[in-house]
Amino acid sequence: MSDTTTTHAATLSHRQEEDTKSTFGFWIYLMTDAILFASLFATYAVLRNNTNGGPGGQELFSLPFVLVETLLLLTSSFTVGLALLAVHRHDKQKALILLGITFALGAAFIAMELTEFAHLIQEGHSWRQSAFLSAFFTLVGTHGLHILVGLMWLSVMIVKVVREGLNRANVRKLTLLAMFWHFLDVVWIFIFSIVYLIGAA
Amino acid sequence: MKKNIPVVSKHQPLHATFAGYLIGFLLSIYLTISAYLVVVYDTFSRNTVIAIVITLALTQFVVQAIFFLHVGKESKPRWNLIMFSFMVLVAAIIIIGSIWIMANLDYRHGVSPEELNNTIIKDEGYKP
Repeated sequence: MSDTTTTHAATLSHRQEEDTKSTFGFWIYLMTDAILFASLFATYAVLRNNTNGGPGGQELFSLPFVLVETLLLLTSSFTVGLALLAVHRHDKQKALILLGITFALGAAFIAMELTEFAHLIQEGHSWRQSAFLSAFFTLVGTHGLHILVGLMWLSVMIVKVVREGLNRANVRKLTLLAMFWHFLDVVWIFIFSIVYLIGAA
Repeated sequence: MKKNIPVVSKHQPLHATFAGYLIGFLLSIYLTISAYLVVVYDTFSRNTVIAIVITLALTQFVVQAIFFLHVGKESKPRWNLIMFSFMVLVAAIIIIGSIWIMANLDYRHGVSPEELNNTIIKDEGYKP
């Protein structure tokens, strides 16, 4: 009896260690991704005034529009956190609802961003117009690409949770996905503040 | 029923709580709206606005790192926190370094050596 308990405890702590390792590995990936974004921010900061005679941020950005985008992404970061709490409580239904809300908010965010990009390009202000716009599209586009990957991952996880339930592998993956999503919101704070707010100030 | 079960997972330690997420969310909204209003109402000079917006962004960065990413909540040895600190250091060197070097290049570009000398002497307040 006591023997099986010890073995069980040993397996559990071994599994915990494995999960902690995968969380840490993913954390290292996020930190290197942050350095990628840092170099894109540096590029943007250096090139922000090189508009090549074209318009700068003040003429191009619509702040109320971007504020709505920001609040959508911020709320999705909150709901993915709540979803993680439900996941760790093994409350499958609540977890699915919250993951669904997160997906909807993320999709609304990326739809707004693509609308903004399409609008800029239609007006002739694509990345080809100036160094400022090249840096802008690279920085904001890279973030948008991450959001798109996050949405794909999220939809896969929703299907997996529906089909397999909250098993150990799915809980681990959802923990990493939540970290990824929070991280993307952290990067967006700086895009909102430095690119949009200061660009329009 | 399930609400009373504490969030102690058998999978891995979870540092998250509902209260933590709510505090992080409300603080982030407050900081976002404040930064937005500072820019929209445009009562300060441009440099002051930039300083305020960057300060608010860094504050929100810390808020979300603590309440959403749970930085520093792990037990020792705090490898996540160490990685995070190193990332912040490298990011700061890349960003501040690039701006500094390129601004200096811009300052020295497009003038003759004599003109540049005079400009530097004038800007530094140096009297030969």
